[in-house]
Amino acid sequence: MISSYVPILVLFVFAGLFAGAFLGISALLGPKKKSHAGDSIYECGPAPVGGARERFSVKFFLVAILFILFDIEVVFLFPWAILFRQFVNEGMGLFVFVEMAVFLVILVLGYIFVWRKRALDWR
Amino acid sequence: MNTAKRELETNTMLLNLGPSHPAMHGALRTQIELDGELIVRAASEMGYLHRCFEKHSEHSTYQQVIPYTDRLNYLSALMNNVGYCRAVEKLLGIETPERCILIRVVMCELSRIMDHLVCVGTNLVDIGALTNFWYFFNVREKIYTLIEKVTGARLTYAYTRIGGVARDIYPDFPAEVKSVLKEVDQAVNDVRGLVVNNRIFVERTVDVGRVTKQQAIEWGFTGPCLRASGVPHDLRKSEPYYLYNEFDFDIPIAENGDTYDRTMVRFEEIRQSGRIIHQALDRLRPGPVHSDDPRVVMPPKEEVYGSIEGLMRHFKLIMHGIEPPPGEVYSATEAANGELGFYIVSDGSMHPYRIKVRPPCFPLFAAFEKMIEGLMVADAIAILGSLNIVVGELDR
Amino acid sequence: MLIIILKILIPFLIIFNMIPFLIWLERKGSAYIQDRHGPNRAAFFGIRLGGMLHSLADVLKLITKEDIIPLHVHKPFYLLAPFLALTVACVTYAVVPFAHPIEINGEPFTFQAADLNVGILYILAMASLGVYGVMLAGWSSNNKYSLLGGVRSSAQMLSYEIAMGLSLISVLMVGGSLELNNLVISQGATPWSWNFLTQPVAFFLFTTAAFAETNRNPFDLPEGESELVAGYHTEYSSMKFAMFFMAEYAHVIMASALIALLFFGGWQVPLMSTDFLREQAGLGLYILLLAHGILFMVAGIFLLTWFKKGKYGDLRDYEVLVWGIPLVLAGLGLSLYTLLHGSFDLTPLGSQIFAAVVQFMTFMAKILFFCWFFIWIRWTLPRFRYDQLMGLGWKVMLPLGLMNLAVTGIILLMR
Repeated sequence: MISSYVPILVLFVFAGLFAGAFLGISALLGPKKKSHAGDSIYECGPAPVGGARERFSVKFFLVAILFILFDIEVVFLFPWAILFRQFVNEGMGLFVFVEMAVFLVILVLGYIFVWRKRALDWR
Repeated sequence: MNTAKRELETNTMLLNLGPSHPAMHGALRTQIELDGELIVRAASEMGYLHRCFEKHSEHSTYQQVIPYTDRLNYLSALMNNVGYCRAVEKLLGIETPERCILIRVVMCELSRIMDHLVCVGTNLVDIGALTNFWYFFNVREKIYTLIEKVTGARLTYAYTRIGGVARDIYPDFPAEVKSVLKEVDQAVNDVRGLVVNNRIFVERTVDVGRVTKQQAIEWGFTGPCLRASGVPHDLRKSEPYYLYNEFDFDIPIAENGDTYDRTMVRFEEIRQSGRIIHQALDRLRPGPVHSDDPRVVMPPKEEVYGSIEGLMRHFKLIMHGIEPPPGEVYSATEAANGELGFYIVSDGSMHPYRIKVRPPCFPLFAAFEKMIEGLMVADAIAILGSLNIVVGELDR
Repeated sequence: MLIIILKILIPFLIIFNMIPFLIWLERKGSAYIQDRHGPNRAAFFGIRLGGMLHSLADVLKLITKEDIIPLHVHKPFYLLAPFLALTVACVTYAVVPFAHPIEINGEPFTFQAADLNVGILYILAMASLGVYGVMLAGWSSNNKYSLLGGVRSSAQMLSYEIAMGLSLISVLMVGGSLELNNLVISQGATPWSWNFLTQPVAFFLFTTAAFAETNRNPFDLPEGESELVAGYHTEYSSMKFAMFFMAEYAHVIMASALIALLFFGGWQVPLMSTDFLREQAGLGLYILLLAHGILFMVAGIFLLTWFKKGKYGDLRDYEVLVWGIPLVLAGLGLSLYTLLHGSFDLTPLGSQIFAAVVQFMTFMAKILFFCWFFIWIRWTLPRFRYDQLMGLGWKVMLPLGLMNLAVTGIILLMR
């Protein structure tokens, strides 16, 4: 089983070498100049006021949390989805469907809660 | 609880939009304070393209100012030529012949079309729809070619003269203009088809950057931006000049004053300008294109060589230029962006004592920082494009 | 081991060589959409390949550009970002099947680099790794535009991954497997049984999410040229910039391949099942070769009609001859050879390989079509605003995906 991952490993090494080679080539072939212009932060000309690494509100925390919630739900759905047809063929389809429907209803309730709490308001 | 709250406190970020920014056409600069993607405050700065137009003019003769005016709104330079010459003519009290007026009207309306094409095209580029830009620029090139055939230049025409225009149009000009206007209509229809009912475009522009009637008047808006807010003010109708009262055309007006409306008003104005051009071209009759007022026109060569009066007049015009009587004048024309006013003070000498330009986009840019507060960065870009700020004219 | 390496290398090279081609297609395609000529100047002894040499010239230019690493950046992450972006983009294709598996001496041989049983999950995992490159680039650049671009892109990619996953689930319910090969086989060879008709909502959701995941217009906010200058790669120059660029196109190819695999029958030749292709291999090869012969001739003659002496006054005049004459000759030779040879008699292995080749070509055609679709959309639509984009992802696509899931389940139950 694990042997089927060998090609992936080879591929990773290969792709890594490839990308590394690009980095190396441009560092090697490019002319080397020391210019002050290249070293300054680009902000349309004027010197920037304040750095880019301050505590900055992006609602990103919320997005990440919601993402984890919903993505895990999706991951739960994957094995169910694959086996669903088998269960249908074995006559257990309705049971399996209702099981998942209960799960989804809880998920949707949470979703509605999040929406009502205006967490999906990005402005 | 308290610590958790303090942990989540965030700072705002000061970000420069411009002067060297892809969406700041020319060299505008607006510094914005961002909370996330929301603009909390904004402050505009201008002057990156300041060329001392007004001060320069005080050291030039009246004719020498004409090429400078090309550099004001370089998207529709002919309108500046016309606006300036009309002011000086008003100062001198010169009447220009009808053919000259009609040629000026045609050139102005062609310029208006070009200006609107660029404005809408670049606005759409800023919103992310790049293809429309080329549909507009292709026809704009064709108009450029026509104007080049008449004036000899593609951007800096210096076509008008005080008392007339530099040279007459060529015989095929009316027919060629009419055929190009058909292509303009086609291009406008193409672009309208791509954007008017485009859900993304509508969501990006409707109710974005709304300016109420009251605000538009208070902020001194003129031109398409004012008319988009629902004020039917157009100098061509409200203070008709140059036979505009004899042409049959409409002033397009919108209700909301948002970015969408400003774009749509411009689309419609392109069509109305086409109507004016058709009527003006049909009215063209052979005749002089220059007034024969001795104060502004060179005498014919025979007179210069044959009579002392002619020689004197030639000498005076060459050495002293035009010397209007002391006085002051304000003359405004409806340029593509709104009211383009020239205020000229003359002390009787060959140099204007003072020239002040009222550029239409100055009030627009002044209001920009107020319009974008509370909106997102992307909105600011969309609004700026729809205001059509031309830095050459703003900074002078 | 050699076979493993070959299996990795060949698709890798195919996909990697598609990138310059796609760049060419994008530039030329946008030019035709916009009434322009597009690139047509770069020439090598007068040979221009319709502007395709520009891609090569660009690469040469970019690798010889000054490699600026500004002082203010966080150097390790700054260098890691493009490396990660490109590496991740290059490894995604590993589980893509290019044709129906064949049997050599009783041993099954699959046309995919790695035969993983997790199949599509691997692709999802790798695709979501792509966000790291962008995010690191945005943060390490120490530039406000980059930061905003990085934040935008991570939020966008995270949000649309959910919609993507949800739309996939209904496809998996119908297909009943995670392995892409099984999903393709289950769709059958008839176009009306392909998933884009049986799962239209999932198709739209997936395509939209794929656009968002690849950061292409109308979802190109992370770059958002007119807003954020160049977004997350504002501070990148030379090949490091090109690596982001290549990664984007690799993602486009991958997304096209996925759309083709999941919704358009992958390598399935329309109306011709694998068995049918294998049975009729001899006749098929005959028709295929003849068709190509004729196609080459027509294309060559078409090119030759463009020949006009003195059009440019230099070597470029003869460019169409350089391509046209060999094409006509090759087409002529191929058709004559096929006609004289008559019907082909293939061994069982030969017929299997023939079927695989035809399926491979079909698959590539489908990928190219969807790549063109990406380009087409890019040059037609405006871009979203950040909140609209997030709203679309969370408030429209997520409920739609859930609804689609329920409806699919009910339909499967009713049957």
